[in-house]
Amino acid sequence: MKNVKIFLAFAFIAISVIANAQNNAGLKLPQGFKATLFADTIGSARHIAITSNGVLFAKLMYPNKAGKSIIRLEDKNNDGVADNITGWGNYGGTGIYVKGKSLYATSDNDVFLYELNDKDEVVNPLSPKTIVKGLIAKNQHASKSITLDGQNNVYVNIGAYSNACQEKDRMPGSKGMMPCPILDSAGGIWKFDGNKENQVYGDGIRYATGLRNVVGLDWNTSTNSLFVMQHGRDQLNSFYPTLYTDAQNAELPAETMYELHQGDNAGWPYVYFDPYQKKKILSPEYGGDGKKEGGENAINPTVFFPAHMAPNALLFYTGSQFPEKYQHGAFIAFHGSWNRAPLPQEGYFVAFVPFKNGKPSGEWEIFANGFSGLSGDEKVKNPRNAKARPCGLAQGPDGSLYVSDDNKGAIFKISYSK
Amino acid sequence: MNYIKAFVFSFFMIGFVNEMSAQDLKKGKHIYETRCLVCHQADGGGVPNMNAPLDGSSNVVGNDLARLVRIIKGGYSEKIALDGMYYSNAMTANPDLTDADIANVLSYVRTSWSNKASKVTIDQVRAVKNKK
Repeated sequence: MKNVKIFLAFAFIAISVIANAQNNAGLKLPQGFKATLFADTIGSARHIAITSNGVLFAKLMYPNKAGKSIIRLEDKNNDGVADNITGWGNYGGTGIYVKGKSLYATSDNDVFLYELNDKDEVVNPLSPKTIVKGLIAKNQHASKSITLDGQNNVYVNIGAYSNACQEKDRMPGSKGMMPCPILDSAGGIWKFDGNKENQVYGDGIRYATGLRNVVGLDWNTSTNSLFVMQHGRDQLNSFYPTLYTDAQNAELPAETMYELHQGDNAGWPYVYFDPYQKKKILSPEYGGDGKKEGGENAINPTVFFPAHMAPNALLFYTGSQFPEKYQHGAFIAFHGSWNRAPLPQEGYFVAFVPFKNGKPSGEWEIFANGFSGLSGDEKVKNPRNAKARPCGLAQGPDGSLYVSDDNKGAIFKISYSK
Repeated sequence: MNYIKAFVFSFFMIGFVNEMSAQDLKKGKHIYETRCLVCHQADGGGVPNMNAPLDGSSNVVGNDLARLVRIIKGGYSEKIALDGMYYSNAMTANPDLTDADIANVLSYVRTSWSNKASKVTIDQVRAVKNKK
């Protein structure tokens, strides 16, 4: 009897594993791609990073039930499911980045640096080096995302603690401040030395400005430049019902990708990008009427997407496992919208944009869908009903793509085989 | 005879009060849909980590009316801990809402979705406002 029970238990596990592999962990993927549920319920997994040995690190928005906020996941038997999960850290945050044996992680105020050993285990979990400290974090857009270039410079997003830089934030009729004082210390990307300890604002440079909030960013090694995804502003219709309908608000403004060079300005809060007019339109807080253009000195987006989908991760694919179409292209994890309400929500998928010679070479498309767990093509109506929300992306040493979810804390591993 | 009159009158009054109450909830629903829904969502579920849920919220169905009135009127810009989660988005102030509007919208959210708390009267809104 006992043997039967054990047999049944094993059979059940085997069936679960096979079912997981066969239904691609619930994801809808292009032909030839497969997904496994690499991990489940590790905590609110924001960004992820992978070492050259394939060890994955996830940064949690808050410490999980075990009180850990940086999770180390290893798949020792290489079956697509993490089998060795440990963790450390007691501070929440979004950013994580690995370069060789250096592991960078962020709180909402600081950038820390941990050292990894040969097995990619953390050497100094309790005593990281503080690389940057004292960054502004005022609840709204407080999380700090990071990436590094080839020279060990670390680029940090410092989000604007405001929707549109009004005198009174999110207050109907309140005017936009001119100039917007937030831009001195937030609403842009700051560049710091990735090796130097205890840097503050004065040690870094404001690399680019006029970015309301960036969560997804990546250094593109083929163009040798920084690319970012901006979260566009909210609530055009609630504050300006005479200028914008619910339907217009649901489509305005575009979520935008920018290629940034030092000194660039993307225009927030003075303008937003209208995906239909394909123009930078003056914000209503600054006298705009939905048609007047503005932002003469502001850069244009490299790619634009439908409104409010919340791009939380950007990754340029440098692997060779995926078919040629995907090589050097951009994957974007869209966390999923909330401010399209009362209309159905959008996003909750991973999108792809092909690139050739450093420029987009085709239209964006949905790459991986089904994270919400809803059946068929049903749209998410209320964000709390989405099972998973894509938030982080990382590329494994074999070229597989990993996607993290900050709702329940799943990690999906997506691979391709002919 | 008087007895019957009184009975009929009170029956009429109950119907009248119920009708008033339904009207108030309808007004509350309208305020909710035009001002609150975009963040708190159609199902009152809010947005994880950003906008606090109203459905099932211990604050919304709780007894601290003064706090609820204060937040609706003045907005909220701090990170809030609620029922084991944190919510960080700023809430818009509604200084133009009347006491009746606040009573109506509070009555609506306290009795909608899975919420089964008491309705709120204009007098209660006035009373908690005067306390400060």
